[in-house]
Amino acid sequence: MEGFKTLLYKECLRFWKVGFQTVLSPVLTAVLYLLIFGHVLEGHVQPYPGVSYTAFLVPGLVMMTVLQNAFANSSSSLIQSKITGNIVFVLLPPISYREFYAAYVIASVLRGVACGVGVLLVSLPFAALSLAEPGWVVAFTLIGGAFLGSLGVIAGIWADKFDQLAAFQNFLIMPLTMLSGVFYSIHSLPAFWQGVSHFNPFFFMIDGFRYGFFGVSDVSPWVSIGVVSVCFVVLAVITLQMLARGYKLRA
Amino acid sequence: MNPAIRIAGVTKRFRSLQALAGVDLEIGQGEFFGLLGPNGAGKTTLISCLAGLARPDSGTLEVMGRDVVRDYRGARMALGVVPQELVFDPFFSVREMLRIQSGYFGIRNNDDWIDEILHNLDLTGKAGANMRMLSGGMKRRALVAQALVHRPPVIVLDEPTAGVDVELRHGLWQFIRKLNQDGHTIVLTTHYLEEAESLCGRIAMLKAGRVVALDTTTNLLQRFATHTLKLRLAAPVTLPPPFSARILSQEGTELLLGFDHYDDVGHLLAGLRAAGGEITDMALGKPDMEQVFVGIMNQN
Repeated sequence: MEGFKTLLYKECLRFWKVGFQTVLSPVLTAVLYLLIFGHVLEGHVQPYPGVSYTAFLVPGLVMMTVLQNAFANSSSSLIQSKITGNIVFVLLPPISYREFYAAYVIASVLRGVACGVGVLLVSLPFAALSLAEPGWVVAFTLIGGAFLGSLGVIAGIWADKFDQLAAFQNFLIMPLTMLSGVFYSIHSLPAFWQGVSHFNPFFFMIDGFRYGFFGVSDVSPWVSIGVVSVCFVVLAVITLQMLARGYKLRA
Repeated sequence: MNPAIRIAGVTKRFRSLQALAGVDLEIGQGEFFGLLGPNGAGKTTLISCLAGLARPDSGTLEVMGRDVVRDYRGARMALGVVPQELVFDPFFSVREMLRIQSGYFGIRNNDDWIDEILHNLDLTGKAGANMRMLSGGMKRRALVAQALVHRPPVIVLDEPTAGVDVELRHGLWQFIRKLNQDGHTIVLTTHYLEEAESLCGRIAMLKAGRVVALDTTTNLLQRFATHTLKLRLAAPVTLPPPFSARILSQEGTELLLGFDHYDDVGHLLAGLRAAGGEITDMALGKPDMEQVFVGIMNQN
């Protein structure tokens, strides 16, 4: 257990030591989105009755930041360790693959939460937010962060080069988050694209998270939590299998 | 008493390369053991299998009686590995890194031992420095420190002196010798054969994934090496049969002759004079591990 705790501590310390890059930068990016999209679309778009566009946007941006940073944490840590070779320091000690997985994923969730809280705090002056059902906010943050943290472990282990990881990030994570309803309600889309959105697990994470703030969502939060939970469990099983086999880590 | 390391029938293939082709080896507790071989012989693969960094295709490996797969926690607690590559984590200082490494092995509040290691490795002044700021030799010593944080009874050093200057190398060996005297088993791979000769009590040589020689250093030197006499002549000569059998190598006017006892030198020189040879330079050489190594590798 001490090994797990130390690895978790090390992973948190790693991103905290470069907080400008890992926490403040994503917060700034999200706030720029908020200012630009809020300025352009406020008063023109009202996704839910009684909810301003800027207020609608904030939870989406918070969750997007949580997800992207959870992914970035585990994936970047692993690929850096693999390429510099210092991954041996984690592979030589008596740390089980389950402890390894838990430490990387929990650290990812914590970085996601740190960034998400940052975005939320900085956004508060721009939008009047309610917190209708905070339990859903916490639940979707944790499970969404864990899902992306797990995906980051897979990407970090699979990628042999930084550009492979960048491809994973730019061609999979980025489109899925941007097209998940962060900036719009999927009800504003044509029927076909609404249907397509239901195949994107990120949509359920954003929609369920937003429900926690407004008590309104495109689909029931129970459906969303079900979909996200199943996706997470599937991903966790795949990741644990990879780690148990030592895929690309233990030759 | 369990041997420090027991390796039985270990094979490992990387695609078309048979890195280990059935290695059997036992290393006793308290030994200073050398693992030698040319590049690609399988030394690092064997160490990786022992440390759990690679999984053997077949065979078993034990550290202090603990199977490295079934009882990986016990085996890894008993083993400290200094990796060959000069790797480090650029986010942390030396002390942070050693504390973290201690934690990985389940040890909290390890600062007393960390201070002792830092002192012995002459790194006390660099405890607060970021790993990036250390010279190559210091990084190498920090790697040794990392391998020792959990006080493992068995320490494997994979080419620990590569790129380390002479003074630091001496300091490092002094410390490793002390660890050995304190009862730690040391397994060393190195390309510096004179290091292996002076430090190791027993040596195994690997070639193409097989152990091709395994004996005490003394026996290997006796069996495979001789004293040498290196001569430069004014002009090439043809030595008669009893002396020509002593020629180890001949390049133009340079001759390398082997002999068992110093008494033989007089006979060799007399034979050379009788054959009309005029000596312009001469040097005597002791049996050394390089001869043993070259001899064994050429034999196999």
